[in-house]
Amino acid sequence: MEGLSLDLVVLQLFTGLALGAIYVLLALGMSLLFGMLTVVNFAHGAFYMLGAYVGIMLLGVGFNFWLCLLFVPLVVGSVGLLCERFLIRRLYGRGIDYPLLLTFGLSYIMVECVRIVFGTTGLQFDTPDALVGATDIGIGYFPTYRLFVIAVTFVVLGLLWLFLERTPYGLIIRAGARDPQIVRILGIDVARVWLVVFGIGTGLAALAGLLAAPLQGASPEMGNSILAEAFVVTVVGGMGSLVGAVIAGLLVGVVVAMTSLLAPEMAQVSIFALMAVVLLIRPQGFFGRAGLMS
Amino acid sequence: MLPPNFVATCKRHRVVLSIAFLIVFPLLMPFKAIAVNILIYGLFALGFNLMFGTLGLLSFGHAALFGAGAYACGIAIVHFGAPWWAGILGGTLGGMAIAALIGALAIRTRGIYFAMVTLALSQCVYFLAYQATAWTGGENGLRGVELSRIAAFGHSINFVDPLTRYYVVAFFVALALFILSRILASPFGAVLEAVRENEARARACGYDVRATRFMAFVISGGFCGLAGALQALHLSIVPIETLYYQTSGLVVMMALLGGMGTFFGPFVGAGVFLLLENLVSLWTVHWQLFVGAAFVACVLFFPRGIWGTLLMGRAK
Repeated sequence: MEGLSLDLVVLQLFTGLALGAIYVLLALGMSLLFGMLTVVNFAHGAFYMLGAYVGIMLLGVGFNFWLCLLFVPLVVGSVGLLCERFLIRRLYGRGIDYPLLLTFGLSYIMVECVRIVFGTTGLQFDTPDALVGATDIGIGYFPTYRLFVIAVTFVVLGLLWLFLERTPYGLIIRAGARDPQIVRILGIDVARVWLVVFGIGTGLAALAGLLAAPLQGASPEMGNSILAEAFVVTVVGGMGSLVGAVIAGLLVGVVVAMTSLLAPEMAQVSIFALMAVVLLIRPQGFFGRAGLMS
Repeated sequence: MLPPNFVATCKRHRVVLSIAFLIVFPLLMPFKAIAVNILIYGLFALGFNLMFGTLGLLSFGHAALFGAGAYACGIAIVHFGAPWWAGILGGTLGGMAIAALIGALAIRTRGIYFAMVTLALSQCVYFLAYQATAWTGGENGLRGVELSRIAAFGHSINFVDPLTRYYVVAFFVALALFILSRILASPFGAVLEAVRENEARARACGYDVRATRFMAFVISGGFCGLAGALQALHLSIVPIETLYYQTSGLVVMMALLGGMGTFFGPFVGAGVFLLLENLVSLWTVHWQLFVGAAFVACVLFFPRGIWGTLLMGRAK
């Protein structure tokens, strides 16, 4: 195509990776919740939105952005803990649809509460001073903040991997995902493990929301459309697979960025077209177990 | 308590009772428009419930079927100058066509994935409609689905009068209810329940589970498309939000609120939901908070829904 230099394509590739990083964080949380608790969290978009708004709140009381990165997931994760403990826990064993429906109702409540506190119009979220501007990445200048988003995501990925693979707690979580009954027999309180996992999953969603806020602002509805996109990522990657969530998240981000370069009006549709293709060729997703889907 | 033979009598004459109820209903409502809304959303919820209640597949993409019906009807009338009945027919077929497209992909998945995949595909439809401004009006919605008079069998009826409008809509809803109850009572209806209860066994009995699901999804699309077409005629505009996933969520809420395991449950749910929305929004703009809380409470404490719980209480 004319006027389409290689540099431009590579730059757009990085834009896609930054967008993909947000998807990765969302889909990771979603996959964790599904893989361990078999809960499909329809409130995931609402937790994402809550992340951005708690960030605004904390900045308002004098926190800086770096502290927010730490405290926002903690605060929203605690909200997630409460939801699991008092609402979702009652529904385990009552069929897979009920937690889904409950979290859907929960998302209504959360969005409306944010509207009451912060108003219905969207708010701007300033990029932290240290990350304003662009950095030379060899082939051209790229917004520093987007590089930062990619970096944070990879750090979080590394930490999560260390936690799950290299600590005794991670061992328990992995065992709980494989066979909760045996874990219970071994004398471990599985309910507590699930509680923690729910906190981690919602915390990751909140982090994604906080990171996305400087790119697109914060509005009570920001979680709505991204929920469907996060579903696409989890379906493409394979439900419950963390590796799948990472690869599919980045892939979806890059696909969106590339379509916006070539045919901007098709960018949103391309996500779903990608999912349709994957479903036709490999219904269980990239890393999903065969037979799980059909 | 009611005498037991009263219940039996009601059951025997349920068709007559339903028709009588449809005739009296608008007179009981605070205003006629809400009665029309309840009928339309009730039909939509009924179509949705064919998938969830009867077949056991939770779809989060029914907005696409409803919206396709509304847009097909609107486009037929606005762009092609079609008569009203062609609009309604077009809406029904439009719902079925989109259902066939989405269904062909979505029935490859099962259970929880079905919910996610239908949601994602319906969002795809939403964005496509959003871009196709020439046909759909894009963000502004499709305007000008005006219908002031309806001509049928040599008579001309004033469609602007609220009560007349109600009875026209009620006629189509009653027709759909009748067809649906026949479908559910047919051998095909029994297969649907068999697939829900024990998929492996249904397959072992020689039923093509995938084809059954596909058929059910298309039929569900027909009912939802009809509801959408009636909605387009009722509002004289098709807002783009008709296709948005909130609409899918709305119908899930209505069906669950009313009771998805029952025939009339979704209808009751739609009625309660819309009345609740109207009442609460009289004194606060944050009605979604209450609706959400009511829904959460319903999931936690009344999984059978209002109608289902009532029926249960009677059965004891």
